[in-house]
Amino acid sequence: MSLIDVLSVLAATIRLATPLILATMGGLFSERAGVIALGLEGMMLAAAFAAACIAAVTGSVWLALAAAMGISMLLSLLHGFASVTQRGDQVVSGMALNILVAGLTPSLGLAWFHQGGQTPALEPGQRFMPIALPGADSLAGVPVVGPVWNHLIGGHNLIVYLAMLLLPLSAWLLYRTSFGLRVRAVGENPHAVDAAGLSVARLRYVALALSGILVGLAGADLSIAEGAGFGRDMTAGRGYVALAALIFGKWRPGPAFAACLMFAFCDALQVRLQGVALPIVGVVPVQFVEALPYVLTVLLLAGFVGTARAPRAIGVPFVKTR
Amino acid sequence: MQRDLPVLVDYVLIPALNLALAFVVGAVVLGLIGVSPLDALATLFQGAFGSLDGLGYTLYYATTFIFTGLAVAIPYQAGLFNIGGEGQAMLGGLGVTLVCQAMGGYPLWLVLPLAILAAMVGGAAWAAVPAVLQVKRGSHLVITTIMFNFLAGAVMTYLLIDMLRAPGDPSPETAAFPPSTALPFAHEWAAHLGLAMEESPLNLSFLVALVAAFLTWLFIRRSLLGYEIRATGHNPSAASYAAIPVGRVTVLAVCLGGACAGLVGINEVMGVLHRLVLGFTAGAGIVGIAVALMGRNHPFGIVLAAILFGALYQGGAELAFDYPQVTRDIIVVMDGLVILFCGALENMLRVPVTRAWQRWRTVPA
Repeated sequence: MSLIDVLSVLAATIRLATPLILATMGGLFSERAGVIALGLEGMMLAAAFAAACIAAVTGSVWLALAAAMGISMLLSLLHGFASVTQRGDQVVSGMALNILVAGLTPSLGLAWFHQGGQTPALEPGQRFMPIALPGADSLAGVPVVGPVWNHLIGGHNLIVYLAMLLLPLSAWLLYRTSFGLRVRAVGENPHAVDAAGLSVARLRYVALALSGILVGLAGADLSIAEGAGFGRDMTAGRGYVALAALIFGKWRPGPAFAACLMFAFCDALQVRLQGVALPIVGVVPVQFVEALPYVLTVLLLAGFVGTARAPRAIGVPFVKTR
Repeated sequence: MQRDLPVLVDYVLIPALNLALAFVVGAVVLGLIGVSPLDALATLFQGAFGSLDGLGYTLYYATTFIFTGLAVAIPYQAGLFNIGGEGQAMLGGLGVTLVCQAMGGYPLWLVLPLAILAAMVGGAAWAAVPAVLQVKRGSHLVITTIMFNFLAGAVMTYLLIDMLRAPGDPSPETAAFPPSTALPFAHEWAAHLGLAMEESPLNLSFLVALVAAFLTWLFIRRSLLGYEIRATGHNPSAASYAAIPVGRVTVLAVCLGGACAGLVGINEVMGVLHRLVLGFTAGAGIVGIAVALMGRNHPFGIVLAAILFGALYQGGAELAFDYPQVTRDIIVVMDGLVILFCGALENMLRVPVTRAWQRWRTVPA
């Protein structure tokens, strides 16, 4: 593999990791607050659809981004209404979101745009384009440094950089602010939070709203930044991979971020490795590389790769005691 | 146990109200798409029940949904949620395929029981790993079964592209099975009896599904093991104190669920397709969740709910045929709405209905 090959795999890793990171961090706040984030897939898909629709109709990326975050937040709050206020089953509620959105987006897309459930292809001005970093032109001729600066560090869209910023941001929010402390407490022991005079429901709703905003960014990345329009089922299981990354990262920002990068790297490598014979193992079937995140997560959950302990109160509706 | 609500209100009125809510929201979606909801309902009903072949399609879909509904309901009795019906059904189809390919020329009365056994073993095997991990290592069954759905998809893609594909066939499917292994269609039986019935995919599997539902009821409600499963679901520590082997009972319940999901292969692969096709499950495992929730995890409720969803699928196909702006995705919307209102938001109406009932009871008539 030449330097260019390595660089292109790494750059692809960053691009593929972006929606995963955003969705995983969204899921992090939900699950640390004690609400199972099984609806990530549906929220992301709805956000991708909303962003593509608004971008196609108004031509404004910013309105489209707002729509993506808004719709995803609404769905997250609906999940909250079912699981916090109505004390319903959170797994059922999350699955309901995923299935509902999977049907709703192509139905509405077909009715509104008459393109078989897709949204119209977006022009460059209607989506987030790759950003050239300063000095890109002058460094272009320099070996090693030039390609690294232009294609690995630079040359990504705005949402990619937001996703990278999210690691320090969410770690700070979760571990260094009183809000973060409360979110963690409400996911571990809501009764203690309640006894301290804070509203469990309110905290969980706020965490879910934040979760919705982040997952909305993930959806927007797919349809108005990385892609140029909405296609049926365009999240293709990424919401579940994000959930896997969250578990694989043991519900902590740093390891979860690393898990996203690892899963994305596998994905990027798999495209490269199709039909290529490796030393010792020979040609690895594509499906095995694709299945890797799921296998690793199951192994982790089984306790064969360290132990994963979920937030203690996750999935348990809070009932105030007297 | 004192009931807050009479059975009729609890098991009929509240699900009916929740279903009505789901339909109201579904009507709003249809309105957004530009279809009159009442016209759509008429088309749907006419398509599902208005003709013999429409009814045949409805019951054919219902057959698959009975299996996947039971796949959710049996583990639910042990207090666990099995989302893995989709993957378990795929592996069941694989079992059916192996039997049908090997047993060409043998009489059907010999092939069918073996195929049923293979389907159940395939589905149960795919459920066994998550079940054992749940019991031994405490891995959350919901997450592991979701992962196993994706793994099943990967395994089936690999097998169908690299191992089982018919030579020279570009699409990922096996060669057709020997004709002697095909299950009889309902219209073939009707013809024997001198009745004219248009072709539909309804086949012998429907009876298999009804028997499976009845046996499930018998097992859960009338057998010692079924009692142990229910006791485990209600209160694992009490069950354990009563010397019930909670771990073994849990694994059994999840594997039986997987076995039921595997039976989808009998209806789809052996009954209709007569070959193994990639993606033959087509989301049936997901519909099973809605069916089980709608049927309140009771085998007879599941049969009724499966017929309702079968009607939705068949009627939805008619709807998509009649209206160019509607596709079968609208049925997926209904699945989601039913799961939302009958499952996640189930308590929303329960509280006011209970309150209204109690007020009505205490006021002397």
